[in-house]
Amino acid sequence: MANHVIAENYVDFYKEKGKHTGLGAWLLTTDHKRIGIMYLVAIVTFFLVGATLGFLMRLEMLSRGRTIMDPQTYNSLFTLHGLIMIFLFIIPGIPGVFGNFFLPIMLGAKDVAFPRLNLLSWYLYISGGLFAVVSVFLKGGPIDTGWTFYVPYSIRTGTDVSWMILAAFILGLSSIITGLNFITTIHRLRAPGMGWFKMPLFAWALYATAWIQLIATPVVGITLALVAVERLIGIGLFDPSLGGDPILYQHLFWIYAHPAVYIMILPAMGVVSEIIPTFAHRTIFGYKAIAISSLAIAFVGYFVWGHHMFSSGMSDTARWIFSLTTFLVALPSGVKVFNWVATLYKGSIELGTPLLFCMAFIFLFSIGGLTGLVLGALATDIHLTDTYFVVAHFHFVVFGGGGFIFFGALHYWFPKMFGKTYNEKVSKAALGTMVIGFMLLYFTMFILGYEGMPRRYYDYLPQFATLHIVATVGSWILVGGILVMIGNLLVALKKGKKASMNPWGGRTLEWTVPSPPPVENFEEIPVITHGPYDYEYNINGDSDKMEENYH
Amino acid sequence: MLLADATNYVKDVDNVMIYIVTISVIMLLGVTFTMIYFVIKYNRKKNPKGANIQGNLWLEIIWVAIPTILVLTMFYYGFSSFTILRRVPKDAMVIKVTGQMWKWSFAYPNGKKYDTLYVPQNKSIKLEMNSVDVNHSFYIPAFRIKEDVVPGRTDYLVFNAQQQGKYDVECAEYCGMHHAYMLNKVIVLPQDEFQKWVNTPAPPAAKNESPAAGNASKTQTGGQQGQKGQ
Repeated sequence: MANHVIAENYVDFYKEKGKHTGLGAWLLTTDHKRIGIMYLVAIVTFFLVGATLGFLMRLEMLSRGRTIMDPQTYNSLFTLHGLIMIFLFIIPGIPGVFGNFFLPIMLGAKDVAFPRLNLLSWYLYISGGLFAVVSVFLKGGPIDTGWTFYVPYSIRTGTDVSWMILAAFILGLSSIITGLNFITTIHRLRAPGMGWFKMPLFAWALYATAWIQLIATPVVGITLALVAVERLIGIGLFDPSLGGDPILYQHLFWIYAHPAVYIMILPAMGVVSEIIPTFAHRTIFGYKAIAISSLAIAFVGYFVWGHHMFSSGMSDTARWIFSLTTFLVALPSGVKVFNWVATLYKGSIELGTPLLFCMAFIFLFSIGGLTGLVLGALATDIHLTDTYFVVAHFHFVVFGGGGFIFFGALHYWFPKMFGKTYNEKVSKAALGTMVIGFMLLYFTMFILGYEGMPRRYYDYLPQFATLHIVATVGSWILVGGILVMIGNLLVALKKGKKASMNPWGGRTLEWTVPSPPPVENFEEIPVITHGPYDYEYNINGDSDKMEENYH
Repeated sequence: MLLADATNYVKDVDNVMIYIVTISVIMLLGVTFTMIYFVIKYNRKKNPKGANIQGNLWLEIIWVAIPTILVLTMFYYGFSSFTILRRVPKDAMVIKVTGQMWKWSFAYPNGKKYDTLYVPQNKSIKLEMNSVDVNHSFYIPAFRIKEDVVPGRTDYLVFNAQQQGKYDVECAEYCGMHHAYMLNKVIVLPQDEFQKWVNTPAPPAAKNESPAAGNASKTQTGGQQGQKGQ
């Protein structure tokens, strides 16, 4: 591999003169790296909007009764917070940004299989986002149904549900196309010699995710379209007063929306499987177990949707079957956690920021996963469903898991994406602050939930007041940490020192190309002769020297 | 307010909770401390070269097999306790519950209707629940029970209150603007007092002594109840 030779005189993809210049170089690009950066800008923007809404909700909950807003506004805020965080941040997050930027490079390819489809996918994402934003300012007012659009309320409310459904529909299309693109890329564009089990685990995770995107997303598209039809012409599929069935809607919604949880978490698990061996400077423990557990999660994840409906009036038979399958889906996640920890055994561990993100992830995600067992058991779920316990549980999984690793991935690949290094002291302090704020905010909610605080409540009974104050204070600390973290990266973009080709000593292919990479990634397509985390084999003679340069 | 013996079912739920949480805490601490221990022990300064251990089949089998057994016991324990909740004793008194935006109302076997739930102590109660508009969920946290109340169908809940007192009732399925004020109380009376109460016809304009009564109508004008608490 002679790639490091070109490191001195090459043109990175930002500076490469293409057909278009200026804004056109971005908006008309088919380069997977530029599309990845465009996703990054859009997704972080939507994350900050969603976080602001969450921050305002917590502020409202600081005291009983009205604090800063009326109930209708609060109901819209939690709906929009959920929709933005789920459809515009966490589902497209890691695949859109890091999947696009790194999947082709990690496979030894020049781009994804369908570069133009990839750009279309970004435009659909942006259009969906714009529709969602526009719907807030229309005559009916912002949607107030909760992100789940449960009928019959979503059929009866006067707010602009149909526009938001259109937005979700378009975002779903974007997700399907990205999934299709990644599946094809992984099947067709692996470098010569890269058999399935020589593929990086991030690619495995994206592969499992992409199948869920492709197969499950159409279900929610159809279901939401039917809700819109019901609103427009009263066709009577879901509304019982027209002969429809509200429980049927819940089944159809969760047939997608539960697998969607794995769309949110699997890519994050893939990132963790990359970061840990890099910072432990040793090969991953149980490569095949981690790879196959991704597929197992994706597969079993299709058969657990009913656990969202244990108190919905579903038959008792359905309740116990879904409870059983729910417990089974916990097993492959456990396998991953155990293998990650085992990868640290006898490693040579450098405590870099990305590894600390992974450790925070393992801690927070384990709490999220283990409280999932409480919710998988029928007796306890009946008590806890639709309370703050559930809110806490899914924030630990989706935010403590997926969200933290979105930013962990950003810190891991930042030197590669932008060719700059950031201040690690500040990033570590920011992460520590985020974890403390996170625990105060969300762990408190487990207790509130067990004491009987229902979710989606504008107001609360006096016995819940103290813990609500603790949670709100936690939200301030969490937001402070997030702002410092993002500020630190923005400063690094402007003033960061130049990053070397392989600052962390990684072994996967993205560390064999310059930072930032040239347009076609590789001067010559690499030939793969060894596994992705092979530390016996020195991938480029001077990688150790580069590590020294960095320190 | 979360009494361990508010009903004969509360202990079952709490025991399942204690069982799962105990195992979970052990797992969480085990994973976390092992991770921190490795990070300290195999620090790059002390340990400049990592060992390339590819995996271990026996370990993989162990950490699939043991959790499988554990989660199956959790499943069974959660399921068997839940079946108690679904068993309707033959002598259960049936009270019809109606949910609507944003209040509950109750109808007793003798035809009495009221807007607060009064029940006799040590007697099985079956709530048969309907909604006239959108989905609601009838939730009594102190009893650890909840069931959605869905238009077009009848769902049920069963409980047997052991302790006299007042317990909160909350709507747990989002139902629009005043969802948070769709509150009520269960008031558990000794059997003779309950008989007296249920046989006294409700006054035409049912003014209720319970502080929770009429919550919904009061708060529709802007959350006064909440402001009192500030």
